[in-house]
Amino acid sequence: MGARKIYLDNNATTPCDPRVVEAMVPYFFEHHGNAASRNHPFGWEAEEAVDYARGQIAKLIGADEKEIIFTSGATESDNLALKGVYEMYSRKGNHIITVKTEHKAVLDTCQKLEKQGAEVTYLNVQRDGLIDLSELEAAIKPSTILVSVMWANNETGVIQPMKEIGEICAKHGVLFFSDATQAVGKIKTHPRELGIHLMAFTAHKMYGPKGVGALYVSRKNPRVKVTAQMDGGGHERGMRSGTLNVPGIVGFGKAAEIAMDEMEQDAARLSKLRDKLEKAMFEMEEIYVNGNVDHRMPHVANISFKHVEGEGLMMTFNQEIALSSGSACTSASLEPSYVLVALGLGDDLAHSSLRFSLGRFTSEDDVNYAIEAIKKGVNHMRDLSPIWEMYKEGVDLSKIEWAEHAS
Amino acid sequence: MAYSNKVLEHFQNPRNVGTLDKSKKNVGTGLVGAPECGDVMRLQIEVDAITGMIQDAKFKTFGCGSAIASSSLATEWLKGKTVDEALTIDNMDIVEELALPPVKIHCSVLAEDAIKAAINDYKKKNGIEVTAEAVAA
Repeated sequence: MGARKIYLDNNATTPCDPRVVEAMVPYFFEHHGNAASRNHPFGWEAEEAVDYARGQIAKLIGADEKEIIFTSGATESDNLALKGVYEMYSRKGNHIITVKTEHKAVLDTCQKLEKQGAEVTYLNVQRDGLIDLSELEAAIKPSTILVSVMWANNETGVIQPMKEIGEICAKHGVLFFSDATQAVGKIKTHPRELGIHLMAFTAHKMYGPKGVGALYVSRKNPRVKVTAQMDGGGHERGMRSGTLNVPGIVGFGKAAEIAMDEMEQDAARLSKLRDKLEKAMFEMEEIYVNGNVDHRMPHVANISFKHVEGEGLMMTFNQEIALSSGSACTSASLEPSYVLVALGLGDDLAHSSLRFSLGRFTSEDDVNYAIEAIKKGVNHMRDLSPIWEMYKEGVDLSKIEWAEHAS
Repeated sequence: MAYSNKVLEHFQNPRNVGTLDKSKKNVGTGLVGAPECGDVMRLQIEVDAITGMIQDAKFKTFGCGSAIASSSLATEWLKGKTVDEALTIDNMDIVEELALPPVKIHCSVLAEDAIKAAINDYKKKNGIEVTAEAVAA
């Protein structure tokens, strides 16, 4: 076995590309200036570096440099978009439409806005994780100010029909915000082309550093404004005060430039590896892929191993292989993934799921090794599983009256 | 979230995994938990009809590492005890022995429930009155 460590949890965070690290280093000491210092070369160098990075990032998403607002990450960008639009457009209405499978940074922010008087509609998703467009359109009313739909889901990798949603929003004159954290830098994400007015994303999901993100805010047709949530020196055109994280932004820019050049080849290579992994898993019985397989990020697979509990399964190989489970056995609530539950999976299948997210630094060797380790783990856990034994004996598990512990 | 060494040890070398013949009169079976909750434990005891001692215990568990370790430990503790002695096993003993963190206490509760359910099943099969203490599970 040895000390092999394989990282298949790139949706949680990606390693920082060494080329990104290299680009960042001079901005910690040599060029350590504050981008807002207007009166000396240290400040000018920093400002120049930030402008350059802003250009790299704008280019990646087909936007204008002035449309990029730097933040501390996607959570802050989500907060700024939702709260900022809610406050800025409060005279127009108070209704927001979002989806049950959104990230907590969106859902919890919406819940907070509800306490402040917002009305929020949480759309269901279909069995494959996609929203029903007619349901979205039917939910729009005169008081609707914003539709918030994530580009790609963090757990399943399912990609929502952004173009169609953009058209519906344009038809009804509502703003469209997308949390594109899992999509930017991995697939083409040009908000303007698809009628997206605000878009949140972050560096550390695209081989950049942690602690820096951005919000795209459309400047024309329409010109969108958000009320600042962080008050201070009026940085970022008054939308987000706070000294800019210059090294982080430089790294973010470099990551965007690399993504621009390499995302197509990365996606092609990773989808092959992902498919190989999925195919190998299907050699076992009672394996289910969660989410639409045709509208899915190339590097993600969410798989349920029936009658095996996800966290226990992970324990068989987690010294060597890092990934995530939809089983929330570790959380105090003991609730499995709300995303998988929203897809209509039974709680049993949600508890039995693993999320594989490959990345730029995943090799074919890694995948081969993981396949063997996971198969071994699944077989081991099934040998331990009373419900697997019952299933094999032909017992109908749905007919059993489970003595649930009332905790 | 790091597991304690004892949880890891039981997880890696689970004791007494398996199935006893539940059609036998001296075998008691307890099945607790639910797949929807992410934990199902099946614990079985085989009782020596003459001495009243638990001569064998087996388990199978669907669940996380702590659930598997709790049931593995329970089978270890059951062997050699009388049925009445076995009823005194408390979930907090399991928590202590395995150093379970608060979020995993439910695993130990489930193991205690499984012990009681197996004993109740054995008693019912053998026409022994089920005590109030055992029913409390």
